[in-house]
Amino acid sequence: MEELDVEPVVTKIPAVSDGKHMGFAWGPGDILVYETLHKASGSSFIHEVRKDEDIYSPILRKLFNESHHIFVGLQTIREDLPSKSRKPQFVSISKNYRSVIRACMEELQQVAVSTKDGEAATQYGNQVSILLAIELIWNLCEVLFIDAAPAGSLLLHLLDWVRLHKADVDEKAREVLQSDSPAEHRDYWDVVVSYVLQGRLDEARQMLMKQATLQPAARNMYKLMDTLLSKMPFFNPSGTQTLTEFDVKWRHWHEEVDRCLQDNSFASNKHLEIICKLLLGDEDILLDHKELLGTWYHFLVTRLLFCHPTVKPAELHYYTQSCMTMFLDSRSVPEPLDSILLAAFEFDIHQVIKDCSIALNNWWFVAHLTDLLDHCKLLQSHNLHFGSNLREFLLLEYASGLFTHHSLWQLAVDYFDHCPEFGRVYLELQIERVPLDTERKALKVLRICEQRQMSEQVRSICKIMAMRALRNNRLGSALSWSIRAKDAAFATLISERFLQDYCTRGTFSDLDLIDNLGPAMLLSDRLTFLGKYREFHKLYEEKRFTEAAKLLLSLMTAKIAPRSFWMTLLTDALPLLEQKEEEDIELTKVELLRLALARNLAMAIVKEGTVET
Amino acid sequence: MESINAKYVSQKISKTRWRPVSHSFLQQPDIFASGSWDNEHNKISFWSIGSHGSSAMEDGFEGEPQLLCEQKHDGDVLDLQFLDQDRIVTASSTGAVTVFRHHQNSQTISIAQHWARAHHYPCDNAPCTGVVCSSPEIVTVGEDGRIIVFRADQEGVVRVIENADSSTIHAVTYLRTTEILTVNSIGQLKLWDFRQQSNSPSQILSLSGDRVPLHCVDRHPNQQHIVATGGQDGMLCVWDVRQGNTPFSLMEAHSTEMWEVHFHPTNPDHLFTCSEDGSLLHWETSSHSEMPSFLQGGRNSSMMSRSAMAPAGGNQSLISAWLSGDSSKGRLETSHMLPSQTLSVNSLDVLEQCLVCGTDGEAIFVNRQVPV
Repeated sequence: MEELDVEPVVTKIPAVSDGKHMGFAWGPGDILVYETLHKASGSSFIHEVRKDEDIYSPILRKLFNESHHIFVGLQTIREDLPSKSRKPQFVSISKNYRSVIRACMEELQQVAVSTKDGEAATQYGNQVSILLAIELIWNLCEVLFIDAAPAGSLLLHLLDWVRLHKADVDEKAREVLQSDSPAEHRDYWDVVVSYVLQGRLDEARQMLMKQATLQPAARNMYKLMDTLLSKMPFFNPSGTQTLTEFDVKWRHWHEEVDRCLQDNSFASNKHLEIICKLLLGDEDILLDHKELLGTWYHFLVTRLLFCHPTVKPAELHYYTQSCMTMFLDSRSVPEPLDSILLAAFEFDIHQVIKDCSIALNNWWFVAHLTDLLDHCKLLQSHNLHFGSNLREFLLLEYASGLFTHHSLWQLAVDYFDHCPEFGRVYLELQIERVPLDTERKALKVLRICEQRQMSEQVRSICKIMAMRALRNNRLGSALSWSIRAKDAAFATLISERFLQDYCTRGTFSDLDLIDNLGPAMLLSDRLTFLGKYREFHKLYEEKRFTEAAKLLLSLMTAKIAPRSFWMTLLTDALPLLEQKEEEDIELTKVELLRLALARNLAMAIVKEGTVET
Repeated sequence: MESINAKYVSQKISKTRWRPVSHSFLQQPDIFASGSWDNEHNKISFWSIGSHGSSAMEDGFEGEPQLLCEQKHDGDVLDLQFLDQDRIVTASSTGAVTVFRHHQNSQTISIAQHWARAHHYPCDNAPCTGVVCSSPEIVTVGEDGRIIVFRADQEGVVRVIENADSSTIHAVTYLRTTEILTVNSIGQLKLWDFRQQSNSPSQILSLSGDRVPLHCVDRHPNQQHIVATGGQDGMLCVWDVRQGNTPFSLMEAHSTEMWEVHFHPTNPDHLFTCSEDGSLLHWETSSHSEMPSFLQGGRNSSMMSRSAMAPAGGNQSLISAWLSGDSSKGRLETSHMLPSQTLSVNSLDVLEQCLVCGTDGEAIFVNRQVPV
């Protein structure tokens, strides 16, 4: 057996008393557990242990539905288009997925705040943090893998990434600005520094102006800082400037800031000096502001911003490990999120996927992300031991989990459709286990099977529904199901029932059905006989005896009448024999008589010959 | 085409219905009810889309449905109709028929009347598949082939037609105040006249070819003999129940089951159908048009000149447009109302200029500017 990646999680079953043995059985998404002593025990409960609670959460359900829609759209992007035109589409799809996650997160946040139930609030809070982490990871993967920004744009994207995930700066800024004297607010300098750390220099300048007006004596110093901030070059990807030109400009600016620091222009103002040092990327000063940075990856991006804005994607990993080590205390253990982000910065996609699979209890994230990355042709075809590739494996796991849900199974069908190797087999096995409570549901399941030419499943579903209908004496429904499945054997069974009914009661039930069989009559011989026999009755009632007799004769000679019915047919023939009509009926009568006599004779011989014992 | 947005509601929607509006004020509808299916706990819910000109909603954009109240429902909601402004009737997969009352002031829902196991087999439940009402009379049909008549204010059953059908009756609609029309799963339309005491239909109509199960039926609002049906093969059939045994028009509408068909109640030149294949079609017929036949994917700006076609013969030419058979394709325009393929659209309702529909993708779509 392979060695374990992490220690397994232990779940206590509260209702099972200590020290007792437990028996168990695996289910598709859960385990059934019961208490046992290897013989009949007192407790008669079966416990269901579920790993994935998320699919039962009403708000998270929206995530599954919306992402299903995006997934299906993604699969239809044509493979033959050049990659240049496909990349923006993939980026836009990635953004769609992320906006869905955000919408879900916001809704969960609202509910977490408004609910009065403490336990529920904690649970919602947990789900919000998980979604936050998921979106963070996905966003980084989008920047690094899908958008695959080159040097120059890379840093800009990373800045956006950091800004998006550090929203408290805006809150604090709002608070400061709304106070009576913003420049004297205790958080004022924190806000200014935070802006600088995020590279939002225009906003930093605006804030500083408020301080500048309060200190007219230091006007020149503030003006100098303002100039420095305004002159910091930012790479413009759509501009005409090349990366080298930008680099040169940036170095000039960097030297200018250094000069200002060296000749003590900001010596008298502690805060401005700190900002100046930040602009130079001074590590120690940066680390001094750990609480404002919050995370090691913010530290990483800020450091890159002020030391090496032209960082290339391949160079990122040189900085990441060191940043993480510098930022985190030597005592604190890196969390799963940290190692996932680290793996992403090192462009180790497989490690990212693997770590995420372990950390999360639901396959949703890894399945969709892997699928998207696979479409971007970023995953090497990595054949797993069980024959399918990574993408398919994850999609199958995710969809199988969905199939255990009473409602979401319909979504799973589309996922199976897009797993070329094993999807069909999985679907065939799962679709037969969907409970069919109403005809409406059975029709939907049938339609799914028919569209995929799963004839076995079609037959079996129709048979189940037809048997159920037959048991409840709904012969018309039963016939309708056997027509759908083109099940001749069952149609025969139904016709037998009709004929039996007729024999016992002397009249037909469900005339509306038999009279209107139409082409369905040809489905089975017995059914045809039934239809024709009923026709004979109608002709007889309308007193069209000639045609009735002819029909009866053809029924007898065509040999589609069941043996048990011959007596009835002959009995029906009797009154016709007494009709005194035209010529050709005489011929028919003679034929009938002959047949009747022959049959009678045969029966007589048999009867005589049978010895009574 | 004005873009429709989906509101994801975490339940598969089986039915959506607009609350009736009073015609005297030409109001646009603002409240609709929805029923769910295939859930562990099914619900009926009331939603509001706000009236035009009201202040913007707190969250979401204007026009996004806001949940007013909801109530647990036992079994799938297989059909739902408004009895009057405050009450709805639901047909359940447990065979029960329930009348719910929506209290507008407190935004609560209570059960006004409940007939459990109205539809049943001897030892099992039979789903109730369709309900139609004309206050205070309620008529229901089910998989057990029964037709049951209730009165909203009486506890007992008014009349039962046992064994009305040997197969499942999928839908029912009023033809006249004393006549109803049912469709079943062996492709037959049956007319029932309540004035007669017998338990057999006064007329049976069916297609001459294969007996394709019919799932939905709707009567033309002004012409009581014109009826549209949709079935398992997605064909739209328009029948004239006075004349003969076969439909007048057969049109290929959808690739899979058609779940609902609706004539627009005040503008019957327009017809709407929705299907398992995830599309919702808007059919528009006209008397004179040189338009090319099958237009898809949104409204074409070069519309036919509707003003020029005011038919001199009054209703006559309008009727013939629906009943002209396939050759009328030249006068029939169809457009998709949903932006892209979704999972099955189970239900739709249209009133004035508003259209609401619900899908198996757990989404509700509302369009407030249907071009009628």
